[in-house]
Amino acid sequence: MIIHHPILGPRDAQEFVYLGDAGLINRPDGMTAGIEAFHDYAYNRDNPAGEHRELWYHEQGDRSWLVVTRNTVTHEIKKVELARDVARAQGRSK
Amino acid sequence: MRYSGFRVIAEALTGHKGWKPVWRDPAPQAEYDYIIIGGGGHGLATAYYLAKEFGQARIAVLEKGYLGGGNVGRNTTIIRSNYLLDGNEPFYEFSLKLWEGLEQDFNYNAMVSQRGIINLIHTDAQRDAFTRRANAMILHGADAEMLSREDVRKLYPWLNFDNARFPIKGAIAQRRGGTVRHDAVAWGYARGADMRGVDLIQNCEVTGMRIVGGRIQGVETSRGYIGAKKVGVAVAGSSSKVMAHAGMRLPIESHVLQAFVSEGLKPLIDGVMTFGAGHFYVSQSDKGGLVFGGDIDGYNSYAQRGNLPVIEDVAEGGMALMPAIGRVRLLRTWGGIMDMSMDGSPIIDKTHIEGLYFNGGWCYGGFKATPASGWCFAHLLANDRSHETAKAYRFDRFLKGLMIDEKGQGATPNLH
Amino acid sequence: MSQSHRIDGGQIDRSKTLRFTFDGLPYQGHPGDTLASALLANGVRLMGRSFKYHRPRGPLSSGSEEPNALVELRSGGRQEPNTRATVAELFDGLAANSQNRWPSLRFDALAINDRLNAFFAAGFYYKTFMWPKSFWEKLYEPIIRRAAGLGSVSREEDPDSYDKGFLHCDLLVIGAGPAGLMAALTAGRAGKRVILADEDFAFGGRLNAETYAVGQASGADWAAATVAELSSMPNVRLMARTTVLGAFDHGIYSAVERVSDHLAVPAVGKPRQVLWRIYSQRAILCGGATERPIAFENNDRPGIMLAGSLRAYANRWGVKAGERVAVFTNNDDGLRTAADLTAKGVEVVAVIDSRQGDEVIDTSGRLGLKSITVRDREGGTREVRVDALGVSGGWNPNVNIHSHHRSRPVWDATIAAFVPGADGPPGLLVAGSAAGVMSTHGALRTGRDAAIAALGLTGRADMPEAEDAPISITPLWHVTHGKGRAWIDQQNDVTVKDIKLAEQENFTSVEHMKRYTTLGMATDQGKTGNVIGLAIMAELTGRSIPETGTTMYRPPYTPVALGALAGRSRGKEFKPYRLTPSHHWAAEQGATFVEVGNWLRTQWVPKAGETEWRQSVDREVLATRKSVGICDVTTLGKIDIQGTDAGAFLDRVYANTFSTLPVGKCRYGLMLREDGIVFDDGTTARMGEHEYVMTTTTANAVTVFRHLEFCRQCLWPDMDVQLISTTEAWAQFSVAGPNARKLLQKVVDQDISDAAFPYMGAGNITVGGLRARLFRISFSGELAYEIAVPTRYGDALLRRLMEQGAEFDAIVYGTEALGVMRIEKGHVAGGELNGQSTALNMGLGKMVSKKKDSIGMVLSQREGLTDPNGYRLVGARPVDPKGKLTAGSHFLEIGAAPVAANDGGWLSSKVYSPHVGSDIALGYLKGGDQKIGQRMRAVNLVGGTETLVDIVSPHFVDPEGERLRG
Repeated sequence: MIIHHPILGPRDAQEFVYLGDAGLINRPDGMTAGIEAFHDYAYNRDNPAGEHRELWYHEQGDRSWLVVTRNTVTHEIKKVELARDVARAQGRSK
Repeated sequence: MRYSGFRVIAEALTGHKGWKPVWRDPAPQAEYDYIIIGGGGHGLATAYYLAKEFGQARIAVLEKGYLGGGNVGRNTTIIRSNYLLDGNEPFYEFSLKLWEGLEQDFNYNAMVSQRGIINLIHTDAQRDAFTRRANAMILHGADAEMLSREDVRKLYPWLNFDNARFPIKGAIAQRRGGTVRHDAVAWGYARGADMRGVDLIQNCEVTGMRIVGGRIQGVETSRGYIGAKKVGVAVAGSSSKVMAHAGMRLPIESHVLQAFVSEGLKPLIDGVMTFGAGHFYVSQSDKGGLVFGGDIDGYNSYAQRGNLPVIEDVAEGGMALMPAIGRVRLLRTWGGIMDMSMDGSPIIDKTHIEGLYFNGGWCYGGFKATPASGWCFAHLLANDRSHETAKAYRFDRFLKGLMIDEKGQGATPNLH
Repeated sequence: MSQSHRIDGGQIDRSKTLRFTFDGLPYQGHPGDTLASALLANGVRLMGRSFKYHRPRGPLSSGSEEPNALVELRSGGRQEPNTRATVAELFDGLAANSQNRWPSLRFDALAINDRLNAFFAAGFYYKTFMWPKSFWEKLYEPIIRRAAGLGSVSREEDPDSYDKGFLHCDLLVIGAGPAGLMAALTAGRAGKRVILADEDFAFGGRLNAETYAVGQASGADWAAATVAELSSMPNVRLMARTTVLGAFDHGIYSAVERVSDHLAVPAVGKPRQVLWRIYSQRAILCGGATERPIAFENNDRPGIMLAGSLRAYANRWGVKAGERVAVFTNNDDGLRTAADLTAKGVEVVAVIDSRQGDEVIDTSGRLGLKSITVRDREGGTREVRVDALGVSGGWNPNVNIHSHHRSRPVWDATIAAFVPGADGPPGLLVAGSAAGVMSTHGALRTGRDAAIAALGLTGRADMPEAEDAPISITPLWHVTHGKGRAWIDQQNDVTVKDIKLAEQENFTSVEHMKRYTTLGMATDQGKTGNVIGLAIMAELTGRSIPETGTTMYRPPYTPVALGALAGRSRGKEFKPYRLTPSHHWAAEQGATFVEVGNWLRTQWVPKAGETEWRQSVDREVLATRKSVGICDVTTLGKIDIQGTDAGAFLDRVYANTFSTLPVGKCRYGLMLREDGIVFDDGTTARMGEHEYVMTTTTANAVTVFRHLEFCRQCLWPDMDVQLISTTEAWAQFSVAGPNARKLLQKVVDQDISDAAFPYMGAGNITVGGLRARLFRISFSGELAYEIAVPTRYGDALLRRLMEQGAEFDAIVYGTEALGVMRIEKGHVAGGELNGQSTALNMGLGKMVSKKKDSIGMVLSQREGLTDPNGYRLVGARPVDPKGKLTAGSHFLEIGAAPVAANDGGWLSSKVYSPHVGSDIALGYLKGGDQKIGQRMRAVNLVGGTETLVDIVSPHFVDPEGERLRG
């Protein structure tokens, strides 16, 4: 596969390490959320057959974490964003 | 119709006119006591044992494609019970014992071949971990041995002993492990279930579940609505898709695992072998092809096909271990979709919906589990409580912190 | 021996003679020959035996679809089983042997299977061999395994090398027949970067096998001229002997180039084959079509081949397959064979056209065709004496690569074949006969048009004139007359009867049929047989052919050598070596090294007279504890963490607190995964207000860094914190033992007295003016420091330390002594940091602060992870000091039966401790913190040993830590 890195352009997927569903960005706050919320965050997945927003890390590159929107049936990639931008857009800060 | 050598001879002499269909193609009835979704190995085994061992009737298996078309038809055919953890080992040992009597039980030659499996050791730390595992296996009543480097050399003198990046230092062995002809497992269970009145309904895709007041009523299918008192789902690879009909999210991701077979060769490898310093495992089929595999591709996928890097990685492992196979040709590759669970272990459990039961999360270890999975799922469906060997395979183990994590990788499915 | 069957013409170089042997007998051929064409030229038709019935077989085809003519090529480490004689290029000295026969090709004992064929119907083995139970593995299976298989492997290492390469282009053209050449020419003339790949050693495809004209020239001459023009274009890369194996995601294609297979041995410095990864957003599949036979009784004898191949042997190789030839066809193309052979002066004695109602219903000739039996439209039969028969059942477009993304081909009734369907790999077009366009004109036109469409070119390239005959075919899949066996899959011996049996037993889905009968699972992957099989199944079930469908097409297009897929990653080059800064020094001392991941670390450094590893390790431990020892710990992960939020960041990623750590101090840190399991540990030092240096374990250096980047970018994107891995930047040595300070003081420029540099101190220092870092931390329990200098000075620093340490008898210790001392001190490492253990298990539960949010804090509190009777880290010591321990043994109470219910835990790490004077171990024991002082058995069932042990504190050395602070 080829991932179009928003900064570096097309890169072979072999340069990246895959983590999983981009929902992993939405970590609950440990001081307010309990075991149930963390359980759902850490363990449950939508796992769709179709469009999937997922985290890839450019380990053999610039160390960016990316959110890649990819179809899990066709492997077509629709969109690639910097995970940091996605996280900020979702209201994450410090 | 009973199969035997005499029958084969008699039919050969009379032009094979007497062989009957191995299963019927019944039209779905309006309602069943049990519907098993998924006509793969686990679903067919569940139906078979439900009828044979648990005395249940009015059973249907709904298969969206053809019987045995799931991962039972696309795997590397290995059976073993060399697990470490208490939650797993009794179950897989139960499975291995069922394999040992399977052919006589369902009167079909699935070619259960206990040719032995060895996992090679390349570091002292691996030896320590495998010793712990071997002892755990023996404590659970399974067989295990530790082999020295020289023991391994006697078995396979042509492995890379003298020019290896990661030298072979020994192996853990399970002699009762081996291989089984995978398609025959599906067909044997299907035939046995059909003979006991189970309706095996092919080309019947489940498109919805009818749930009223927290209780399952039946399933919508491509061949119409079918009512059921109990519904068991055994569709590993598609678990998330099917359980979404019940509004459930699962601790599972779908990943593609590729597997490989070489052109046919005269006997080269007697048993099953795994390479402990790369991603490579291999056995040789009775037909002569080397059957081998490695790691999953590592990204969520339902595509049933993989990519080139894994093919190369597997070949590199193979050549590192077996420098003599350089001119052996890769004949076919294929890809199956794995239910990769969050701790690498399966789930056989009730759901919060009454009458709806789930069996999945087999990662890439589902084939060897087929008999015990079917038996334990049938037990759960018939008795509403877990079989003794499957009681750890609960949904709530993640909430309670009772994970069964053989590899110690945590909630990262692609690393299990 | 003379080339009795050589005729005029062809594209072989008759000026040179090549000598070769088959089964030890000498023959001659010419450059341009394949092994099959040369054997046929010498009158040899029998080349192999089939898989199940061991039927005598000759070549069915002249290409890579060959099911029958498989040989073992070369010998020793170069022995290559299952090589298709039809594509093996002849070279001088070639030696091939037949395979899967005993004792000889002509007299094969297992041909008995053919006589007993009634017992070997499809799937017979599923129904028998079940009684008595034990006989399957002892008797039946070994016999079957010995009989099965095709060629054999020598078991010697393949001496040739393989390479890998990457290519990029604007257009990849797969196949260099008329469509591919025209596509490449169109794109090449437009200045685009083009790769044209063909599996054959000669470009031209069927143009080389036919007698048509293209423009004013013969097809072959037009091809040669086109290739010449393409060769002159710097933007075009021509790749002969290159098979495109598969289409992967996003325009990535794999191909194997057989660089040296046409030579006796590869030229010096050249690989045998190269695996190419070709990146191209646009590609055109011009892979041509494959002819299929017709099933009739005994249609598998040597001498019976595809009509197009018979013609190819005559036209391209100047070989007549027989003296008296017949043709059996259901389409016009078969008639061309008769015409071409007649024109070449070969006697064509019969043309049997099924469209006229005539059929071949049987043949004779055990080791080679002697006659055929023809049934005419009136029902009369006659026997015709022939020694070659060309059969044409139509042509199947080679849709394979277009279907590699699971696109299903669609049925085209006009050519009675499957053509590419929708949803092929994005960017891949199809042209020529691969697209079902069967005429030469059509191939040229669609090749040109596909290139224009793929690249968005304007204008139209010139098109040469060429034949444009319509397809005329009336499908005939199998001849229904005759009671015997009619072959579909010749290699696997699948006959029409097997398909009928599969239908009778309800294996009617195409996948069931394939798996039950093994149709299409041989080395030819069913290229000639599959469509016939499913057409017959369609007929039997009353379904249409498209309803019956096809099985999946998957890579590789043709089988590919594993050596090519592995490339250079084999032997010691399987993975790269990472060497430590002290490697060369250690090698000079004769050190033993050990693989730790990709690192090679010093395991121990023997002194003169030491003959056994334990002598060296014990000495290293005692010398360190007595005076001073040095260990290279560069492999530990090192991460610089800077920014105004660095402290807050560390508080989130470590279970314990770092924001309160004073500048100039370090602290042991425990890192959890989000699931509450211990991920890693190490010390982290605060070098400045906003500047920390973290160390990780060797094993987790990469994954910890990845995790920290995840936390920084994805979880807390606005934290002011920057990370950089400095693992490779700093050479780091542990200097441990009572004289550690004295030694280091001689080397460093600053005062490092206890007062100036107390326990757990950290700071930037200099060594002879060179910047360095010093940490007063200990893994051994001794007074110890870790000193880091820029990596390129690591070797020099070690030599300086050894020189200055002479007065203290300083030694270097390796990973074994390191392990001994950390276990003596009770530090957890690999065996304990197993990804399954919590802080509580390790006796470190109190380190997990609940006063702040940190990764893993919440989930570490789940009930299953906080069991008061769960595993706890303990020490174990044999009651008898001579007693031996084995890591991996399990704890059992005295008198308890060895069953899982009594399993108390296990010994995770074990060493001999020269300090204690016995074996010692760390282990996880259920409720272990309450069992200190008890006696238990450490049982190693798999080794048949057990040892009585005292359960003790995991700290065997200096439990109060006085030495550390000394």
